[in-house]
Amino acid sequence: MSELTQEQKESYWRYNVRLTTILLVIWFVVTYLLGGVWAGALNEITIIGFPLGYWVAAQGSLAVFVVEIALYAKLMNAKDLEYGIREEG
Amino acid sequence: MNLNKVFGLYTVGFIVVTILIGIAEAVFGLPNRVIGWIFMGLSMGIYLLIGIVTRTSDADQYYVAGRGVPALYNGMATGSDWMSAASFISMAGALSAQGFSGLAYVMGWTGGYLLLAVFLGPYLRQFGKYTIPDFLGERYGGHTPRLIGVLAAILASFTYLIAQVTGVGLIVSRFIGLDFNIGVFVGLIGVLFCSVLGGMRAVTWTQVAQYIILITSYLVPVVVLSFKLFAIPVPELTYGRLLERNNQAALRISADPGEKATRAKWAEEAKALGEKLKDPAVPEAEKEKAKAAQAVANRQAAAPAAEGARLEKYLSVPTGTGMWNFLALTFCLMVGTAGLPHILTRYYTTPSVREARTSVGWSLFFIFLLYFTAPAYAAFARNAVFTNLVGSKISELPAWVNLWAPAGLFSVVDKAGDGIVQFADFVVKSTDFVVLATPEIAGLPFVITGLVMAGGLAAALSTADGLLLTIANAISHDLYYNVINPKASLIKRLTITKVLLITVALISAWVATARLAIIVELVAWAFSLGAASFFPALVMGIWWKRANYHGAVAGMLVGLGTTLYYMVGSRFFGVSWFGTTTVASGVFGIPLGFLTIWIVSSLTKAPSQQMQDFVVSIRYPKTGGASAAIDAGH
Repeated sequence: MSELTQEQKESYWRYNVRLTTILLVIWFVVTYLLGGVWAGALNEITIIGFPLGYWVAAQGSLAVFVVEIALYAKLMNAKDLEYGIREEG
Repeated sequence: MNLNKVFGLYTVGFIVVTILIGIAEAVFGLPNRVIGWIFMGLSMGIYLLIGIVTRTSDADQYYVAGRGVPALYNGMATGSDWMSAASFISMAGALSAQGFSGLAYVMGWTGGYLLLAVFLGPYLRQFGKYTIPDFLGERYGGHTPRLIGVLAAILASFTYLIAQVTGVGLIVSRFIGLDFNIGVFVGLIGVLFCSVLGGMRAVTWTQVAQYIILITSYLVPVVVLSFKLFAIPVPELTYGRLLERNNQAALRISADPGEKATRAKWAEEAKALGEKLKDPAVPEAEKEKAKAAQAVANRQAAAPAAEGARLEKYLSVPTGTGMWNFLALTFCLMVGTAGLPHILTRYYTTPSVREARTSVGWSLFFIFLLYFTAPAYAAFARNAVFTNLVGSKISELPAWVNLWAPAGLFSVVDKAGDGIVQFADFVVKSTDFVVLATPEIAGLPFVITGLVMAGGLAAALSTADGLLLTIANAISHDLYYNVINPKASLIKRLTITKVLLITVALISAWVATARLAIIVELVAWAFSLGAASFFPALVMGIWWKRANYHGAVAGMLVGLGTTLYYMVGSRFFGVSWFGTTTVASGVFGIPLGFLTIWIVSSLTKAPSQQMQDFVVSIRYPKTGGASAAIDAGH
C-alpha cells in the first residue's frame, strides 16, 4: 500500500468523524428521546395496535441500530477502498 | 471443508433430528424426561465433538482463533457469546412483568453495539493484541493499567459467570430432573471441554453451533403461535393486536367486581402481615417470610390499570424518578455492552479491520433477531393468561397451567373462594414461565419444549465459555506472562491457562450452588462494572492521543471505585443518589471516569511522541494487525 498524503489522511479522518457524529446523534434521539422522554406523548398514537412510544422502545429503535451499524460498515469500507487502503494480511 | 457447507449440514441435521424425535413422541409416546435427555445429550455431544476437532496449541489460534474468523461467523459467535441465560429464558418474562420499563434491557443490550461499532471494534482490531488488558498495557505503558484491567476483567466477568452457571443448573434440573448441584457440574463439563482443548478457536466454532440452536428454538414457538392466532407467521408484526386485546382485558379486570373482591382479599392479607411485622414478639426468621408474603400480597392487590386510564400500566411510560431510572439503566447497559471484555476480544479474531466493522453489523443482526421477538413473547404469554386462564373454573385449568404449576413457576389460588380464576388469583413466582410455557400454550408437542431447553442451555454455556476464557487469559497472559514471567514458554502459558480454566470453573460452580438471591442484580452489575472501568479508558486511549498513563490509571480507579461504592451502598446500606436503582450503578462512574482521564492527563506529562504517532496511525487501517493469518479454522 502506498502511503497516504497528510491531506488524504485528514480528509479520511474528517469523513469518519462526521459519519460517527451523525450516527451517534440519531442513536441518541431514538433511544433517549423517542424511546424515552417523549415515549409517553408518542403513546397517544396507535399503529396496528402498537402504542407508538412502546413500539419505538421495543422494535423501532432496534431496527434503527441494525441499519446504522450496517451503514457505518458499508460506508467506511467503501471509503477505505476509495483511498486505496487495502489490507493485505 | 467449506464452512457454509459444514454449518448448513449441521442446521439441516439438527432440524431433521428434532422432527424425528417429534415423530417418536407422537407415535411411541416418548416420555418427556427422555426427550429432555436426548436433547441435552445430543447438543452436549456436538459441543464436545467441536472441541476435539478444533483442539490447538498455537498461541494465535488459542487466544484469537488465528485471526481468521469471517465476519458472518464472528457475528454468530458474538451473538451467542452475548446472549446469556438471562436473555434467552428471563428477558421476555421480565418484560411481561415490567412492561415498558423492562424495555430498557431490549434497547440497552442492542444499542450498545453502535458504540462498539464506531468507537472501539475496528480500532481494537487495528491495534491487534490478544486481550483487553493487553491493549491498556501497550497503550498506556507500565504494568499498572494492565493490572487494573486484569482486576476489572475478572470482576465483571466473574460476576456474570456466576449468573450463567446458575442458569445452566436451573435448566438441567428443570428439564431432566437432575439435582441443581449436579446439573451445574454436568453443564460445566461441556464448557470446559471446549475451552481447555481449543481455546478461542474451539469456543468460536462451538458458539456458532450454539447460536443456530438458540435462535431456532427461540423463534419456533412464538412464530407458530402467531400463525395460529393471526395466520401471519411474523409475531413482531402481529403482537400489536395482542397489546390492544391485553389492554382491553386489563381495563376490564381493573373495574370488574369479582376481581375487585379478590384484590380486596389480598389487600387484607397484606395489612394483616404488616401488623405481624410490627409485633416485636415475632422472631426474625418468621419476619423474613412475612415480608416476602407481604410483597406478594401487595403485588396481587394492585390493579393492572389505574382508574380511568386509557392504557394499562404495562404500556404506560414512567415519569419522574421512574423515567430517570429507565434512562440510566439503558445507558449503563449500552456502555456496558461496549465495555465487557469477553465481547471486545471477539473483534480481535477477524482477519481485517474491514471484516471487524462488518462483523459488528452481523453481531447486532443476529442478536436483534432474538431481542426483536422478546416483547412479542411477553405479549403472547400475557394474552394466554388473560384469555385462556382468567375466567376459567378452578377445577378445569388449561393444560399448560397444569403442566407448569408443579415446577413452581406460578400458582393459581382461589383467593375469594368463588371457584373462578380471577387475574389476581394468578400468582407468578418466576416470570421464566413466559418462554418455557409458550410451546404448550401454542399447543405444540413436548419436543419443542425440549428444543427450547437445548436453546437455553446453549445460551448459558456459550456465554460461560467466553467468560471463562476471558478470565483465564487475563490471569495467564496478562498477569503471568506479561508481568510476572515474560520468559515463560508458550507450552507453559497454555498449561497455566488450562489449569486456570478448570479452577475458575470450579470456583464459579461452587459459588453458584450457594444459590445467591441476587442473581438478577449480578448480571446488571457486571455491565456497570465493565462500563465504568473499561469504556472510558479504551475510548480515550483510541480517540485522544494525549491520554496518558496517569489519566488512565486514575480514570479506571475512579470509575470502578464509584461504581462499586454505589452498587454495594445502594443494595445493602440504603445509599441513594437521585433515587437511582442499584442496577444502574454505573451511571455515575462512567462520566466520572471520562472526566478524570481528561483532567489528570491534561495536568501530567504527555505520552511519548512515538506513542502519539502510533495512536494516530491506527486511524488508518493498513495491515491485518500484529499477526494476521488467513487460516479460516477448517
